[in-house]
Amino acid sequence: MRRYIFGRLLLMIPTLVGVAILTFVIMRAVPGDIVALRYAGSNVPQEIIDQERHLLGLDKPLWVQFTDWMGSISRLDLGQSLWTGNSVVDEVQVRMPLSIELAVLATLFAVVLAIPLGVIAAVKQDTWVDYAIRVFSIGGLAMPSFWIGIMMVLITLTLWGWAPPVVFTPLFEDPVANLAGLILPAIAVGYRYSAVSMRMTRSTVLEVLREDYVRTARAKGLRETLVVVRHALRNALLPVVTVVSLEFAFLIGGLVVTEQVFNLNGIGKLLVDAVAHRDYTLVQALVLLLAAVFVLVNFIVDMVYVVLDPRIRYS
Amino acid sequence: MLVLSLVLAACSQTAKPPTSSVSPSVAGGEKPAPGGTLTFIVNAEPPSYDGHRETTFALLHPIAPHYSLLYKFDPNDLTKVTPDLAAEMPQASADKLTITVKLRQDVKFHDGTALTSEDVKATYDKIIFPPTGVLSPRAGAYAVVSAVNAPEKYTIEFKLKYPSASFQTNLASPWNFIYSAAKLKGDIKFYEKNVMGTGPFSYDGNTKGQDWKGKKNADYFGKDKDGAKLPYLDAYKALIITDSNAGVTAIRSKQAMIEFRGFTPQQRDDLSRALPNDLAIQENPWICVNYVVPNTQKKPFDDPRVRRALSLAVDRWVGGEALSKTTIVKDVGGLMRPKGPFAQSDTELVKIAGFGKDGKANKDAAKALLAAAGVPNLSFKFLNRNISTPYEPVAVYLINEWKQVGITATHDVKETSPYQADLRAGNFEVALDFNCDFLDEPDLQLAKFWSASKAGKGLNFAYYDDTKLDGMIDAQSRETDPAKRIQLVGAIEKYAMDEMAYQYPVLWWYRIIPYLNTVRGWKIGSNHYTNQDLATVWLAKK
Repeated sequence: MRRYIFGRLLLMIPTLVGVAILTFVIMRAVPGDIVALRYAGSNVPQEIIDQERHLLGLDKPLWVQFTDWMGSISRLDLGQSLWTGNSVVDEVQVRMPLSIELAVLATLFAVVLAIPLGVIAAVKQDTWVDYAIRVFSIGGLAMPSFWIGIMMVLITLTLWGWAPPVVFTPLFEDPVANLAGLILPAIAVGYRYSAVSMRMTRSTVLEVLREDYVRTARAKGLRETLVVVRHALRNALLPVVTVVSLEFAFLIGGLVVTEQVFNLNGIGKLLVDAVAHRDYTLVQALVLLLAAVFVLVNFIVDMVYVVLDPRIRYS
Repeated sequence: MLVLSLVLAACSQTAKPPTSSVSPSVAGGEKPAPGGTLTFIVNAEPPSYDGHRETTFALLHPIAPHYSLLYKFDPNDLTKVTPDLAAEMPQASADKLTITVKLRQDVKFHDGTALTSEDVKATYDKIIFPPTGVLSPRAGAYAVVSAVNAPEKYTIEFKLKYPSASFQTNLASPWNFIYSAAKLKGDIKFYEKNVMGTGPFSYDGNTKGQDWKGKKNADYFGKDKDGAKLPYLDAYKALIITDSNAGVTAIRSKQAMIEFRGFTPQQRDDLSRALPNDLAIQENPWICVNYVVPNTQKKPFDDPRVRRALSLAVDRWVGGEALSKTTIVKDVGGLMRPKGPFAQSDTELVKIAGFGKDGKANKDAAKALLAAAGVPNLSFKFLNRNISTPYEPVAVYLINEWKQVGITATHDVKETSPYQADLRAGNFEVALDFNCDFLDEPDLQLAKFWSASKAGKGLNFAYYDDTKLDGMIDAQSRETDPAKRIQLVGAIEKYAMDEMAYQYPVLWWYRIIPYLNTVRGWKIGSNHYTNQDLATVWLAKK
């Protein structure tokens, strides 16, 4: 097992190097650069543009830029944002707590909603309860979370003249203000997220409920609740855990539009701004960071499988 | 939720129509109340904190209150320049080649050190003669200056190469924050990441991507006309809100009081309906404009007849009326802002191709010109920026107008960065360019009209070289008699927009600021760069 874990950790390195190369190449292939953008619409002469490019090292050959960057990465130095001149670590540090907290809240909301409803829908298959839950979950899939967010803000504004705070307050500074700022986005995002998990829970529980060992458990006279929770749900959870975990990893950097709607200063917004500014260093570092989150979450999920299903053994 | 949203939409449709009121802050007659925190929106984040280096308003709005300038625009009359750190208006020598400025002697930086002429000299040396590795995008605007001297502790002297009409007003440039000579000596890039000025507010922290805070500078030198100390506010907080609809929400929910750049007519009307008793609105013509820029290096746009036809085909008067209902353009004007000090009268303007009021006659003339040039069914790609306000609606209007004379223009919309890259590489046939300035000043608004291989390098995207036009621009710049200068500028407009039809404005922008009516002491100007030190702003108690 130890050897397996070590091997998996080592495998992360080529994966991340591959991501780094791809991101570097894709960003350079996109037309335009940060300097042209920085002085867009200003009467700035060409020599200033050229000087700025030189200062930022954008006039160096691409292979030099790449080796410089890879050299920094190998020293765990993510570099500086070309736009602000601040270190990438500083830029990320400010936004990460919000993104993690929002992802956790949305996941909690989704899981609390999805698993019970998914199980109920499976147990009450083809009854009005099942239909109602399915309609509810299809609604979550059909409506984009940013639209749900806009609607929620409109409703609270129109009815009560209230909108979520536009400035993020850290959890330990003021928990109430913190929650006031994150609750609506967490619901907006969590609803869509729960819909995916709810449908997955329903179909896997339905599948497990038809297994022989469930029939055996029932034949032994176990109460239906015990059969469903202990025997069916636990075995049905594996794919649900995968979906929930990957969604969680996605939420760390993927809530771009929702962050715009609620003016949340998160990683998703930072990434989009960085792409729009052609802030190569920041984009490369963020993509690498998000890729690392995905790789790590995948690894953790694989480890969780062992706990959930004793039949799984890695060697 | 869908039903509820439809109900909400219906409610907003039936609400009372928007009101357009004049701000109490402009009406005057009230005694300013000290105290309070002004919360305002900035819809972008400043790249660095150095005003000399950057060109975006996103730097000025949160950071200008920390600094003073030599001169500034009078907050009560934004067409006039008034001393800021200067003790009086500048004095010109008899030959107009030496400009002397006497400084106030009661000014302290936020770290407690006194301001002297050495600080002003170090500041202007950095702007005009930047050392290697220091960027100063506006150095060219001061090309007339040969030296900056500090002959006395509180006297600064600018030596000019030739008399300049615009130099003295340029001393009120909102970007020219006065920095500490000691800080610049220690690190010439100190101000890229630090804030330390003499302005009405000292720096009180910021959270990247979220907000910027300033607190009252108790040692600020400024006083109001009654002798009361400025600033009135205790503090301010700038909220960085990049999405304009989120900005509207912030004002509607009263989390922010004002946004100083501007909103669309639709957003103004939404806020008016939502806050009928709490909103004030100020509006003003804006020194911002979109230009149609044919690339003269590409056929058939090397032919003035084709370029003139493109301008003639557009009915700007009808367009202004229609587009002003939905986006931030309104007035028809030449190269200088309509109703501004250098603007031509409408009587003169309508004589220029494309600016006449008989749209049908203009379109007929455009068709004839295209036929004469051998391109009656001209088609081209029209490069534009993917910004909805006002670039896209303006471009859609142009394309529709061109269609009526047989021109097929394909809207080639690009993100700002590739759009800029194409402009700078000349990789387009016709583009929609734009320009914004802080001042009605021909030297600024004509900067894009210099020859592309000379002073217009990187600015003139029509890519022509024209020594005659260069001579005309230079002559107006040296003319110090305002009346004669207006005539020279008029001749440039006739030549550049009509005879040669190199590039021409579509419609001038119109600035709309809806804000909570507790905000007083702020007056809208013709641009979103000046009048941002917030020294005279105060909050009325409700």
